[in-house]
Amino acid sequence: MNIVEASGLGKRYGSTWALRDCTLAIPAGHVAALVGPNGAGKTTLLNLAVGLAAPTAGAVTVLGGRPAGSPAALDGIAFVAQDTPLYKNLSAADMLHLTRNLNRRFDQHYARARLAELGVPLKRKAGRLSGGQQAQLALTLALARRPRLLVLDEPVAMLDPIARHDFMASVLMAMADDGVSVLLSSHVLAELERVADYLILLSQGRVQLAGEVDDLLASHRMLTGPAAEVGQYARRPVVRLRRGEAQAHLLIRATLDDPIPPGWEAHPVGLEELALAYLREPGVAALPGPARSRYAEPSEVTK
Amino acid sequence: MTALTMASQSEEDTRLPPVPWRRMAWVIWRQHRSALTAVAVFLGALAVSLWRIGLQLHHAYAAAAACRPVLSPACDALQTSFSGMDILLANGYVLQAVPALIGAFAGAPVLARELETGTFRYVWAQGFGRCRWTLAKLVPLAVVVTVAAGALSVLLSWYYQPYLATRNQALFLPEDSPLTNLFVLRGIAFAAWTLTAFAIGALAGMLIRRVVPAIVATLAAYTGLAFAAALYLRQQYLPPLLSRNLFNPPASAWIIRQWWTKGGTTLSQTRMSQLMRQMFYRIMRGMHAVNDSHVKAQKGQANLEIFHYLTRHGYAQWTSYQPASRFWPFQWIEGGWLLTLSALLIVATLWLVRRRAA
Repeated sequence: MNIVEASGLGKRYGSTWALRDCTLAIPAGHVAALVGPNGAGKTTLLNLAVGLAAPTAGAVTVLGGRPAGSPAALDGIAFVAQDTPLYKNLSAADMLHLTRNLNRRFDQHYARARLAELGVPLKRKAGRLSGGQQAQLALTLALARRPRLLVLDEPVAMLDPIARHDFMASVLMAMADDGVSVLLSSHVLAELERVADYLILLSQGRVQLAGEVDDLLASHRMLTGPAAEVGQYARRPVVRLRRGEAQAHLLIRATLDDPIPPGWEAHPVGLEELALAYLREPGVAALPGPARSRYAEPSEVTK
Repeated sequence: MTALTMASQSEEDTRLPPVPWRRMAWVIWRQHRSALTAVAVFLGALAVSLWRIGLQLHHAYAAAAACRPVLSPACDALQTSFSGMDILLANGYVLQAVPALIGAFAGAPVLARELETGTFRYVWAQGFGRCRWTLAKLVPLAVVVTVAAGALSVLLSWYYQPYLATRNQALFLPEDSPLTNLFVLRGIAFAAWTLTAFAIGALAGMLIRRVVPAIVATLAAYTGLAFAAALYLRQQYLPPLLSRNLFNPPASAWIIRQWWTKGGTTLSQTRMSQLMRQMFYRIMRGMHAVNDSHVKAQKGQANLEIFHYLTRHGYAQWTSYQPASRFWPFQWIEGGWLLTLSALLIVATLWLVRRRAA
């Protein structure tokens, strides 16, 4: 089952396309990270997936074919929006009660126990909680709905490093305990390396790269060799070339079995390095499965 | 999660009914209790003060109306004391702002606050569904403010009774047409205007997405609509009656237009009034006023003489007017179109919520 499936999805605000021609299928059971620079369309894609925005073009379904925003879709998705909007004048206890009233399922015991464990005072108004506590409250409200997909928009952007770490640990624990799938957007790449096992790279309103992290890492290598010999890679799927005085660094799409020319060294790449290379080359795209690409053969990326 | 549990849960999801409507009761109360309390306190305070002034007013009126002989100095003093009371509320202009204030301060924030603070991204992603949520908020709140306004208008009808009693003119007491300036404070119009103000507020909040500008826009739109109704629409609810040589029409009638004709020519009422005033002073010069009451009586007599003189010489006065007996038909017509308008505004708001999210 795909937790999110988009085909030809586009959203235009005025004359600007915030997202365009987006085709992807995110399978269930992952922590999928949506990565991209500011204005790449991350929030737009998430809003479309949770039904807060209506697409200008194409369609998006969630949880195995339910139209985004339909009652059945809303029922299975919990969304924590950017800056975790809460009613500032309601207490944490009131927020729990409110969320319970607005949903078919709500695990009040779990929510109270979780807030107690985190030391979030139930009587305090949401607006007077710390940023980390507000984020944890919003996450608790979302998790207590027992969703099958948890969507988080920039969940850690406003948090300090400790709160950030705790928040992500909570998400991972929920994933392990309840088998909830997670889709989160972030531009904090270092954080994602630890938690994400599926990556979607957005750039200028288009999907640039999408796939399981292990597959992506296995199909990319960093080659280091004499700068003079770069020419022989002209026809290889090079993602990014960094040329030094004597040496050149090439990020190419290649598996471990691909032969390495003499005089060159091959290294595996990390997620952050890979993401950065793609983000610096918005023209290069590599998409799995049904996605179309003008730049690359999909078969080269996924097996 | 295995494929099996996923499939069974999926089946369960489609079988289960949506979140029941009644769950919104707590949500509305918790989120709007301060606004509802403010409305209740405001209307309550208004009701208490109207009740207290109203008792004095009714008392003064009863004394003035029962006084005989009508033109005696003692009665004149009582009449003056009645008509001098309650200058601020006598014409009802101040109270006509009440529906606008309720609508602006109770209606506009409902959606504008959610949009301004970003909480719509929390609440519209809940399982209740955003269209049902909007409907479940707007309809009960609209009903509550409408009922509260309706209750106040019962009190207002009682309060203004003295000004609308039919024999007032003969007693030289103020008498208004029930179709003109007190029209929106009585009957069902007051509640209907409150409902409309609330619906305007809700739509303005959805369109403008900011609380304070939405409140201002609501007040402006309401004022425009209220003036349009009072100046242009209301007089056309039913075709006005046309009367020939109806001298001294009852004060309860709402005169739309008057003009004079002789042969084929038409003379406006304004021009004729000027001419009549000149004649009036010529007649009055021969009379000697003993006191105010005598002047009033003599004025009426003189005007009647001029009128008869004119009609004998082939002039005809035409009056198009709405009789006071049309009060309830007009109330139902006004209530009807305001209710329709409010329903349309709420439907438009829902449509915007459905369409123009995020």
